[in-house]
Amino acid sequence: MGLLSTILRLGRIAEPAAAPPVRSHVDVGSRTSLHVRHVDAGSCNGCEVELSGCFSPVYDAEQYGIRLVASPRHADALLVTGVVTRNLSDALLATVEATPRPRAVVAVGDCACDGGGLLGAYGVLGPVRAVVAPDVEIPGCPPHPSAIIAALRSVTGR
Amino acid sequence: MSAGAPDARDAPATSGRRHERAALAAGIATSLLGAAGVALGVVAVASGVGPVRVGGALPLAGVTLAAGATGGLFLLLTGAVAVAVGAYSAGYERHGSTGPAQLAAVPFFVAAMLLVPLAGSATTFLAAWELMALASLVAILADHARAAVRDAARWYAVMTHLGFVAILLAFVVLGAAGHADALAVLERRAGSLSSSSRDVVFLLSFLGFGAKAGLVPLHVWLPRAHPEAPSPVSALMSAAMVATGVYGIVRIDVEVLGGGPRWWALVVVLAGATSALFGVIQASVSTDLKRLLAYSTTENMGLVTLALGSSMLLADYGERSLATVALVAALVHVVAHAAFKSLAFLGAGAVLFATGLRDLDLLGGLATRMPATTGLFFVAALGASGLPLGAGFVGEWLLVQSLIHSRPGTGTLLALVMPVAVGVVALTTGLGVAAMVKASGIAFLARPRSAEAARAHEVPAAMVAPMATLAAASAVLAVAPSALAPALGRLARELPGHPGSFPQLGLLLRLPGVAGSVSPGLLAVGVVAASGGVVALRALVGRSRRPRGTRAPLWSGGAGALTERMQYTATSFAEPLQRVFDDVLRPDVDVEVGHVEESRYLVERVRYRSRIGDVVEERVFSRVLDGVHAWASLVRRVHNGSVHRYLAIGALALVAAVAVAR
Amino acid sequence: MTLSGAAGAVVQVAAVAAGSPMLVGWMRQVRARLEGRAGAGALQPYRELRKLAGKQDVTPEGTTAVFSLAPALVAGVMLVCAAVVPTVTVASPLDSIADLFVVVGLLLVATVALVLAALDTGTPFGGIGASRETTIAALVEPAILVAVYSLSIRASSSNLAAIVRATERRPGDVLTPAGALAFAALVVVIVAETGRLPVDNPATHLELTMVHEAMVLEYSGSRLAILEWAAAMRLAVLVGLLANLYLPAGVAGPRSGPVGIVLGVLAIAAKVAVLAGALAAAEVFVAKLRLFRVPELLAGSYLLGLLAVTAAYFLGPRRA
Repeated sequence: MGLLSTILRLGRIAEPAAAPPVRSHVDVGSRTSLHVRHVDAGSCNGCEVELSGCFSPVYDAEQYGIRLVASPRHADALLVTGVVTRNLSDALLATVEATPRPRAVVAVGDCACDGGGLLGAYGVLGPVRAVVAPDVEIPGCPPHPSAIIAALRSVTGR
Repeated sequence: MSAGAPDARDAPATSGRRHERAALAAGIATSLLGAAGVALGVVAVASGVGPVRVGGALPLAGVTLAAGATGGLFLLLTGAVAVAVGAYSAGYERHGSTGPAQLAAVPFFVAAMLLVPLAGSATTFLAAWELMALASLVAILADHARAAVRDAARWYAVMTHLGFVAILLAFVVLGAAGHADALAVLERRAGSLSSSSRDVVFLLSFLGFGAKAGLVPLHVWLPRAHPEAPSPVSALMSAAMVATGVYGIVRIDVEVLGGGPRWWALVVVLAGATSALFGVIQASVSTDLKRLLAYSTTENMGLVTLALGSSMLLADYGERSLATVALVAALVHVVAHAAFKSLAFLGAGAVLFATGLRDLDLLGGLATRMPATTGLFFVAALGASGLPLGAGFVGEWLLVQSLIHSRPGTGTLLALVMPVAVGVVALTTGLGVAAMVKASGIAFLARPRSAEAARAHEVPAAMVAPMATLAAASAVLAVAPSALAPALGRLARELPGHPGSFPQLGLLLRLPGVAGSVSPGLLAVGVVAASGGVVALRALVGRSRRPRGTRAPLWSGGAGALTERMQYTATSFAEPLQRVFDDVLRPDVDVEVGHVEESRYLVERVRYRSRIGDVVEERVFSRVLDGVHAWASLVRRVHNGSVHRYLAIGALALVAAVAVAR
Repeated sequence: MTLSGAAGAVVQVAAVAAGSPMLVGWMRQVRARLEGRAGAGALQPYRELRKLAGKQDVTPEGTTAVFSLAPALVAGVMLVCAAVVPTVTVASPLDSIADLFVVVGLLLVATVALVLAALDTGTPFGGIGASRETTIAALVEPAILVAVYSLSIRASSSNLAAIVRATERRPGDVLTPAGALAFAALVVVIVAETGRLPVDNPATHLELTMVHEAMVLEYSGSRLAILEWAAAMRLAVLVGLLANLYLPAGVAGPRSGPVGIVLGVLAIAAKVAVLAGALAAAEVFVAKLRLFRVPELLAGSYLLGLLAVTAAYFLGPRRA
């Protein structure tokens, strides 16, 4: 049993949890659970790699009650990556409106926060705030998983 | 596939008044006959009817009427269905184009169906049986301008008459060996018949009654005739007429012949199991609403036959009380089936009335447009799926209980047959659920898939009320099967080999000699109370924090509004099942991929077409028909129109006859 | 009907209703630890349910009462099942109103309610989920009924308390070939019924691989909370049933006092925790099956059940 011996050998991979952050003013209706739906508004997929890192055993965002969900109806927060392209601006807006209140919009990465140097390109509408005001902004190109997790933890305070 | 507009709803207004009166008269006559049937049934169950002899009604033999509890139960069933169908058809046919002959055939049809369980002699039985076949044939031909209707009627006429021939021969053998016409006399003398003539009578009568009950492989008329008949006629045929097939099996094979060797039971079990499975698999992939219901009839009659066969088998092994349980299961299910299936066909008729459609792939969104019909059809679908809280559950539960409780060591054959039979019943239930979920979910929920469905309106109250009555009957059978207990108790005592220990059908269903009980009534109360509790809980917990609810567009993945064409259809819903049962269904699937001109890597459109015929019809009957056809063309060569030749043939035949007769 | 039995019935409904989210949390936690993660803790489902209860309800346009009433019906059916299935006591006064076949049927009623709700939305994903769930539910039925059949032979009854009591009297009976085969069949069936790996992946967020999850994509807020709670109860009832069918030790009887009932709760909690932990651990080692491989798995389960019945007939103790 290769998998069993690997499990026994590795034991716990997740890094020890950092101290809980100060809770921000954003309210999603819970201090212990945050379900997020990821929206790629025009990303280069760099942020996606880091996002998947967040849910890997090393960073284990789930230990803070953060989970990815399949539908905006199930979500408390939307993680928007990339500049908002013209093709996807309607989709982004529809996703925000499909999310039940109280909800939060999180802009992940430089592109989502301020355009990341892509502003003015013919297919680009602008950063996330051109469509919807983000509640949390996570800078970085791409942001480090620990930065993403820290920002998400600040929403719940867990 | 598409039904088009089977009933021309916009008949000219000039002849309207007369037609309305004719429809009303036919409906009232049907209902009155039904009421008379119910009254006779009550009397027959309570104390028996007759025998009454009406000498002049039929030449030579006369008509003898007599009915015990067995006949009484079927009189009750047929009468009750006819009352509701008559009232419904007065509303349904008001604006229809059904001709006066076809309208008039319906009351005759009902009268003939009532006469079958009333028949006290073989001659009367056969006459009633044939009258029933002819009247229903005329009633089917309401819309004879369409080829599909004529085709269906032809299949029905041939199959039902082949069945009649089998029954006729069975009665000839029985009557000749028993030297009597009255069924009661035959019943006394049947025991002294030689075993070979008993076998012949059993096989022929089971063949004939099986054809009427829609058992595989003689079911082929059913998925053709039921969809093409006007819906009230479909309801009568599917709920009441197929039950006369069951009546025939119970009356002749169980009661008159009084059971037989073990292989009889096995034949009946096998026919029942095959029909149940084949019917339900076909129903689960049908896309025509009425065809689906017709296959569901084959399925349910298969279950009933399976129960009858198990009863015979268990009795043969000396498990008498379990045999009674299986028999009661069969009869409870026949009655429940009559209630929910007539309701389902009337519901399908209401859909047809409102949209002109039977094709599930074109329906949808009727829940908001026809709320009453939707609710009533859901009651029927719940019953047909055999789930707890539905009318079909009690019979299926009793059947399963009778199957699982034979003691270890009773017999090797039982130990082999029973687990497989349980599997058959279970798979039938599971797929029946799939079929009914498809029928109700695709036809009534979501958004309309065609303009006709989008324009639908609720049917008039005159049609809703009879359906509501049938729904109430289904509900009573679902939660309080004790309503049937008196009739079934008398019936079980009347049949040979069933002692007094009888399953209790009170608030708790209890079985004789077996520690097993359920209570559908309390269960329904429990589910309703618990669901109400959950609703209350939802109103209490978290209410203060909760923002006001809102309505929002469907979640489309952010890709813009979802159109009607993006919905699942009945075909796509059943596609996984179609794949799983590929070997049985042999679907004819055609996928056509069109490419854009510039590159064959770019797909322009994909067409998916699937057609599922009836394997039995296509593989078995088509060959039989080919054979008959080849033989007929051979015979035709002799018939060249020459009078001389015909005279020669006649002379030869005469010489041959004289030579043989000497 | 005894007072103790009635009290036990109330306690077992309360235990399933209150304890089932913990079961889900515990299974997630076991998985997380085996994957090297820390996990959110076994109590996380309670936090999620509390959050969802306070969320806005979004009713999709064009849906009918079927969509809005289905969650309550699903949860109500699960509560009735919890009352009937002998998890804490075998003396529930409700035992005689439903046997194992009815419990199976009720679970199917809940499935049907959810399938209709999914079809009611008219979304493609709702249709995918509904179609797949129906297919699986239809094919599970023979497997589960034959497994029930094999269990009922021992007790000569399909009523749950009778089966559990028969095992209590003769615990050795479950170690026969028939018992073992039926156990294997039941495990497959429970995995399929509760939508766990390898039949369905409850943690997936890829719509095309979904079965159960695809049907609830449109639900939000308190209705979603009720559905998740009901799914947890379904898991708890089935795992609790399996545990007590094979190891009824500790279950309260008709004359147990309050201590007996408390012991019953503790016993079932321990048994369920072990069994669910084992299921969760096994999930780490398997991948989801292709949808069209699932019928083969279920057919295998049916054959195991058939063998169990045959074994019970030919190898079992001969009575009467």
